[in-house]
Amino acid sequence: MNRVTIATLLTVAPFAFAQAAEHKVTQKDRKFDKQHIEIKVGDTVHFENQDDFFHNVYSLSDSNFFDLKSYPKGESRANTFNKPGVVNVECAIHPDMKMVVEVKE
Amino acid sequence: MLIDVMFSALLIAADIPDTTGDNTDIMATSGAPPKPKSIWLVDGPPPHPADNAPNEHRHALGEKLFFDPKLSGNGEVACASCHAPDQGWADSRAFSTGVPGTPLGRATPTVVNSGYSLIQMWDGRFASLEEQALGPLAAADEMNAVPAQVIAYLVDSDDYQNMFGKAYPGEGITLQTLAKALAAYQRTIIVIDTPFDRWQRGDENAVSTSAKRGFEVFKDPNRGNCAACHQAPHFTDHGFHNIGVPELRNTGRDAGRHKVIPIAVLKGAFKTPGLRNISSTAPYFHNSYAKTLEEVVEHYIGGGRNVPNLSPSMKPLQLSHQEKADLVAFMKSLDQIPAQEEPSNE
Ligand SMILES: [Cu+2]
Repeated sequence: MNRVTIATLLTVAPFAFAQAAEHKVTQKDRKFDKQHIEIKVGDTVHFENQDDFFHNVYSLSDSNFFDLKSYPKGESRANTFNKPGVVNVECAIHPDMKMVVEVKE
Repeated sequence: MLIDVMFSALLIAADIPDTTGDNTDIMATSGAPPKPKSIWLVDGPPPHPADNAPNEHRHALGEKLFFDPKLSGNGEVACASCHAPDQGWADSRAFSTGVPGTPLGRATPTVVNSGYSLIQMWDGRFASLEEQALGPLAAADEMNAVPAQVIAYLVDSDDYQNMFGKAYPGEGITLQTLAKALAAYQRTIIVIDTPFDRWQRGDENAVSTSAKRGFEVFKDPNRGNCAACHQAPHFTDHGFHNIGVPELRNTGRDAGRHKVIPIAVLKGAFKTPGLRNISSTAPYFHNSYAKTLEEVVEHYIGGGRNVPNLSPSMKPLQLSHQEKADLVAFMKSLDQIPAQEEPSNE
């Protein structure tokens, strides 16, 4: 094994073997159960609807734009955050439902 | 003795009545625990921004402004021209006409209880009443006012000088204080003591048996399912839904909330209105599609028209003639003015 290969392995390995974490947020009584969470780049957040009516989850942020459409009670949809930044997450149906996902390097 | 004195001092400090007397006896003898307060009741006036607490001067100024047509571009259109107190603080027309006389794009929403709204307008484009106040004033198809001319008119008036000085000392006559006064006034236009509310507080005779049944239909997810969106306590989720109301004019589909927030679920979605005083604010929906509460109920029974992006909450309902009538009776119990029919025990 030459020196270049060793150097490459050392650089890539921590990323290749780092486990992306899963996080859970619930929607209940027209609120997200957490107002602020901190996650790492590549982590996935699952948003579970526990209300008797439909919710949506979206963000218009430049770094992590996403739209999980609308879904009923008992269903959970997920988004993986691939870029660092402070992401304002809301429910489009109920604009008083807001939270922040802080994605760290 | 010392303990007694201290205890009394604590009671005084906390401003609560002495509970060592008769009250304790009543509590001890009454068997059932007190009924929990209804989630549908509204306590007190709407919240307000820290820099615009209500007072009589702000109310008086806001009221004068609200009814003053001279604020408008042609001197003929006041806020109250479309938000008329004798028409449920809205108007009975399908679409209002402003200064140029052309019909507006959407029906006039009522001012009643708008102070409790977490977001303003059919499409939620204003966050507060303070922000909202200047919208119609400056809009060309509404009051068509030139802001500099409005301020000049107010500054010229001794009355207004005096009233602004009392309402907002040191803040001057500006668009900001004008908006604050209008907002402060609108926060006093509230309906929270309807027959329905009196019933929820325990007066079983406040509403008819039909209205009581109608409330059950309203809440039941398998019958009306109305409370999925018209949630407690203001009969609104402060949210936006496409309920499949057909377009009445060939101007293309109104994108509604989607124009403000470009998320697919909001195409053709409009704000859920609160329902107190609803019987005074016909016609209904954002484009006045329904002329009566009966027509509103029929619309929901049909599950909404097959329009693009119809809310998945909309589905055809199976309601009997009695249940439909009960729903309407219930909605009429949300009017501050008591319903015409006598409470009955049918
Ligand atoms: Cu929601």
